[in-house]
Amino acid sequence: MSSSLWQASTSWDALKQRADTLNSIREFFKVKGVLEVDTPALMRAGSTDLHLDSIKATVDVAGVQQDLYLQTSPEFALKRLLATHGQSIFQIAKAFRNGEAGSRHNPEFTMLEWYRPGLCFQGLMNEVAELAGELLGISTVESFSYRSLFLERLSVDPFTARPEDLVTLCLDKTGCNMVGEPTSSSLDLLMSHCIEPYLGQDVLTFVYDFPASQAALSKIDVVDGVQVAKRFELYVSGAELANGYDELLDAKEQERRFKHDLEMRKSLDKSQVPWDQKLVEALKTDMEACCGVALGIDRLLMLRYGYDDISEVIAFPFDRT
Amino acid sequence: MASYSTNEFRSGLKVMLEGDPCAILDNEFVKPGKGQAFNRVKLRNLKSGRVWERTFKSGESLEGADVMDLDMEYLYTDGEFWHFMLNDGSFEQHAADETALGDTVKWLKEQDIYTVTLYNGEPLAISPANFVELEVVETDPGLKGDTAQGGSKPATLTTGAVVKVPLFVNIGDKLKVDTRTGEYVSRA
Repeated sequence: MSSSLWQASTSWDALKQRADTLNSIREFFKVKGVLEVDTPALMRAGSTDLHLDSIKATVDVAGVQQDLYLQTSPEFALKRLLATHGQSIFQIAKAFRNGEAGSRHNPEFTMLEWYRPGLCFQGLMNEVAELAGELLGISTVESFSYRSLFLERLSVDPFTARPEDLVTLCLDKTGCNMVGEPTSSSLDLLMSHCIEPYLGQDVLTFVYDFPASQAALSKIDVVDGVQVAKRFELYVSGAELANGYDELLDAKEQERRFKHDLEMRKSLDKSQVPWDQKLVEALKTDMEACCGVALGIDRLLMLRYGYDDISEVIAFPFDRT
Repeated sequence: MASYSTNEFRSGLKVMLEGDPCAILDNEFVKPGKGQAFNRVKLRNLKSGRVWERTFKSGESLEGADVMDLDMEYLYTDGEFWHFMLNDGSFEQHAADETALGDTVKWLKEQDIYTVTLYNGEPLAISPANFVELEVVETDPGLKGDTAQGGSKPATLTTGAVVKVPLFVNIGDKLKVDTRTGEYVSRA
């Protein structure tokens, strides 16, 4: 292995499959009148999300050193374009997430992200199903609320269960000790170990209405007496493929979340990053309601062509860079 | 001992879990797009041989286990212990009990080399090579000229192990046997 690390880990077929898939995606959006755009991978602000670590790069321009951040997704820049033009846009971007490497993760990966002003939450889910269905050859679609999946699979209500009961359930199901961790982490553990593997078997499975603590950059609404994040995820063959939001467009709330995230990061000894003041400025304009979604291209290729490891679809994965 | 973080968990690494030495078999990174990262780990408990599946928060760590795999020559048994010697010229000897020896007793031949797993300096397990060569001490008479596929019969080897062999095998033949499956491979 070590002697051939200079070689690509992909077959020639896999490279052709990637090119074909990207062409199909561009054709799909051309027909719908969604414009392809390009935004920087390096920006002055990073992701404040508790579970997303931005990679820092120091840039020297005219003798002035500045810390910039490789974007964990093109989200902030795309929203600023939306605030400027209010038009449907998509980007096929390189995204970077520190510390993420495994059979389904690479620290640098390819992300398709698109925004559709005027399209409702359900409308965007339908569009995701149309694209994913066409590329994966799956026409059946099902959707479940986050709450219903926990009730069905684990007989526990993720919105009202006592944190200590969730901790006990985590220990029982996975042997992982979640004492002292945020409740949302216990839910992540249960979701990823006890629910996800069963989702999307020969069907496109959408999960919607996540706990408010997992809102990230989505709106929060009240459904059946509990606060839910207007967010959806698409799962295929037990893998998370896409993540969509009814986008939060409230500048004040966005700023509050950035600051809250940074407080949480501080309390957990995680690196601090500058929050995106330009995004908050952009949200102060009167933007039309908008939904947006990000889809992992590398995982799409794995699912479309039956590869088990991400290194089979990325020519030079992390260990060969 | 040093401790190891989940990102250092590689297949073969020996760690302590719940008081027992374990070998890591598999380590899978699991992370929801917007959520906490975990490592789903498969380990073999080196004492019981059982495979455990445990999930850790990414970044958690486990104490390393003082476990070493060493090649040693089998010398003899005194009925209670089986004695092995390091073949590095040091003549260092270790005595393994019945538990450590386990099923390997079926494939034990003097002067052959075995992998002795030492835990805190004591033999914890003995593993044979994938293939051993042993002599047949008992089997029905061979059928002359019968080298066709199909028929088989039991044969007892010098160690007491019984393997299924083709009909043409005779007492006194040396056989190559796969210790992982306990199956006859060929005449040696």
